[in-house]
Amino acid sequence: MTGSSSLRERERLIFERSSRGRLGYQLPALEVPSLDPAATLPPGLLRGEIEGMPEVSEVDVVRHFTRLSKWNYSVDEGLYPLGSCTMKYNPRINEEVARLAGIAQLHPLQPEDQVQGALALMWELEQALIAVTGMPRVTLQPAAGAHGELTGMLMIRKALSDRGERRRTVLIPDSAHGTNPASAVFAGFETVEIASTPEGTLDLSAMARQLEGGDVAALMVTVPNTLGVFEPEIVKAAAMLHERGAFLYMDGANLNAFVGVALPGKMGADALHINLHKTFSTPHGGGGPGAGPVAVSKALVPYLPVPTVEKAGGRYTLSSDRPKTIGKVRGFYGNFAMLVRALAYIRSLGRDGLKSMAEGAVLNANYIRKRLEGDYHLQYDGPSLHEVVFDDSLQAASGVKNVDIAKRLLDYGFHPPTMSFPLIVHGALMIEPTESEGIDELDAFIAAMQAIAREARESPELVKGAPYTTPVQRLDEVRAARQPVLRWRRAKD
Amino acid sequence: MHRYQAGEEDRRAMLEAIGCASTDDLFVSIPPEVRCGALDLPLARSEEEVRREFWAYAVANSAPECFASFLGAGVYRHITPAVADSLLQRGEFFTAYTPYQPEVSQGTLQAIFEFQTFVCQLTELDVANASLYDGATAVVEAVLMASRIHPKRRRVVVAGALHPDWRAVLGTYCEPMGVAISEIGWGRDGRVDVAELGRTVADDVCAVVVQSPNFLGVVEDLPVLEGVISSSGALGIHAVAEATSLGLLAPGGRFGFDVVCGEMQAFGIPAAFGGPLLGFFAAKQAHVRQMPGRLVGETVDSSGRRGYVLTLSTREQHIRRAKATSNICTNHGLMALAATIVLSLLGRKGVCDVALASHATAEYLKTGLRARLAFPDSPTYDEFLVIHDDPNGLLARLKAEGILGGVSTAAFDGSWPRGFLVAATERNTREECDRLLDALRRLG
Repeated sequence: MTGSSSLRERERLIFERSSRGRLGYQLPALEVPSLDPAATLPPGLLRGEIEGMPEVSEVDVVRHFTRLSKWNYSVDEGLYPLGSCTMKYNPRINEEVARLAGIAQLHPLQPEDQVQGALALMWELEQALIAVTGMPRVTLQPAAGAHGELTGMLMIRKALSDRGERRRTVLIPDSAHGTNPASAVFAGFETVEIASTPEGTLDLSAMARQLEGGDVAALMVTVPNTLGVFEPEIVKAAAMLHERGAFLYMDGANLNAFVGVALPGKMGADALHINLHKTFSTPHGGGGPGAGPVAVSKALVPYLPVPTVEKAGGRYTLSSDRPKTIGKVRGFYGNFAMLVRALAYIRSLGRDGLKSMAEGAVLNANYIRKRLEGDYHLQYDGPSLHEVVFDDSLQAASGVKNVDIAKRLLDYGFHPPTMSFPLIVHGALMIEPTESEGIDELDAFIAAMQAIAREARESPELVKGAPYTTPVQRLDEVRAARQPVLRWRRAKD
Repeated sequence: MHRYQAGEEDRRAMLEAIGCASTDDLFVSIPPEVRCGALDLPLARSEEEVRREFWAYAVANSAPECFASFLGAGVYRHITPAVADSLLQRGEFFTAYTPYQPEVSQGTLQAIFEFQTFVCQLTELDVANASLYDGATAVVEAVLMASRIHPKRRRVVVAGALHPDWRAVLGTYCEPMGVAISEIGWGRDGRVDVAELGRTVADDVCAVVVQSPNFLGVVEDLPVLEGVISSSGALGIHAVAEATSLGLLAPGGRFGFDVVCGEMQAFGIPAAFGGPLLGFFAAKQAHVRQMPGRLVGETVDSSGRRGYVLTLSTREQHIRRAKATSNICTNHGLMALAATIVLSLLGRKGVCDVALASHATAEYLKTGLRARLAFPDSPTYDEFLVIHDDPNGLLARLKAEGILGGVSTAAFDGSWPRGFLVAATERNTREECDRLLDALRRLG
């Protein structure tokens, strides 16, 4: 067997690599008296060594996870055009500063005089996000976008109950992210879906009909929407909502499209979450952590979660003096290490680089759109901002679906676009290149997409059988769900 | 052009291809009344200038590494092997997205499957998810799961000393969901008042939350509590704030608790001023379809090779939308990878050794502080409460001697006994312990 073929073999689970007596650590010598825990703790509450835990050396661990890492696609490797996910380059300076001892090792319960640098940093980030949104305050606490949605909706709920109103309905366009309805429900609301217009945008007359009932608490809407199209009547929608005493919740997942160009505050947003792991480049980490700060209008400032960072006389404090607050939404103060990275990114880009970021993102998406029109069908042809949503209807005649196109792209060395979302596009292929890519990377992706369109016409079975070059081929997801195996267990002898 | 973006030539060629004169033409769909001028932010900075600014933030803080530190109360200072961060910094891990395309995400998926296995082993429960944000939201998710399993039971009981932040977050989430919270205090021994628990649990209670070791550091009698809880039909939730305790103390899963969940920061996650931390969640098999968050499952590919995929996603928001079991999407995957690496290194023996060394170090301190302990006769793991009238003043004097002596309970609401929590781990040397004991003798 050659070395290279053995590397392509499946790496076993860490538990299966175990060999009795191997150690991956050494603790410092215990200087305090050792003790028998049965003398200091109730024996019935003790446990012994844990069955099934691995015994591996440090070398084993390094090899194991290095091999696993090689089976991942990543932004470092290439274009990662997941629509709505904004997979942009993650600068290394952000990683470096987040690891400084005075930042990474800081304990959240040290007294304020010991954490002035951390509070100053949070204050500066809040000021930067105020500038970017044109809204008066921002809470940095939510851990992710969905957590920000929940936080925003809880503030809206509290503001309404403060007025003595118990409105139950939240309106959500049918093009929305699934987190929107889920977050609204966990904030105690019921959702009503609004069908999009034939152009894929918010249907104002449908919204107006719902508003007549008087039970609408808010509209949750993504701007630009999940088709990558700016909502043309967002200002009018905000005015209609406000006139009826309802709020505008804006999903900021697509903020990357217009930073430095337009302000959500001017659009009439009352709450807007900002996915720092999208627009402000904190790494996605294979699924998180993210951070989802929420900017709020003046009407919602009294309801912000506690604590907030306040500045007075050159000193920073964590204040819980907010009588109408919704309370705490998580332990401590936010995903601080991600806040650090986001501020470093904002500083690196500056006001000029941020605007150029939005321009680059929109230009790249429009270039892909222009080059792939004809090869792929565009159901909604409104002006694209940062992403473009094609579908598989031109390939349908040969039985090739969006999932096949996606899998075939893997063979061409690219991560596929987001698929089957938004739900208003059947067979969607949602492409968001971000501003990180140069024309050469985009051209290579476009060439791959064009080649697949050709293959779909000429040899559809080839596309339907893809991928062929990945560490594993198509996986049986039905089996995974029908006979769930969610953990390793030692095989019975 | 900016160093993170393409160049002028790229832009010119692309604009030409799409037939636009300038990038301004791309934004015609955004109406003038929402446009802005230049943002009120500084101009782009070089890497060196950014480094300078962040060094200034860092040195304006007091890094616990420069002190003898005994801080805990939800975030603990344990060994972090160099291997862990070195592997985390592989771009293949930290610059990847959620593993929605399993053929090119097997690294992340297998690591999460290993994480789920570690959590099951530590908790002695059947299934664990791919992580949640933190311990506070993990307890929330457990309670909301219980309220779905028992939709007619609209009350949750918080028994004993639950971390005050976790209690506060639970309140925020439960109120809109129409779940009321009843609290049971602790007795003179710092443990749940079992008789009061028996009087409080009834057929309107969907779950009972017990933190052990609790916020006061005291180890609860989980088997006794479980007996009372299960007799009422409520779900038992064992909340864990100090995950290394599971190397020494039997978890709730062994005694019949339905859920063991909480905070796993202690296994290799930096304190980072409180985030990102690592929420974990394990439950009995019977509850798997009501669980929150992502799950990775084993399967085979079209040629029969073993592989891993995200599974049972019909519970989740992107499929089930308003009827999802949670609104969570992005979780704390990279932190779960960190814990998986550290747990792999520690393994079968190390998990016990870390716990035992931490416990021995804390017991050494307790021996020297016997007369001041809030609960001198109660079992504790690696943290305990010292009674003091002016904890903030005392801790400030300790700091002047290079010691971060603990977390003052005065930082929380007035219901806590006045004093400070001292946490000791395998990272605290005997010399540090002796300095703390000596300083406390001199400073009162």
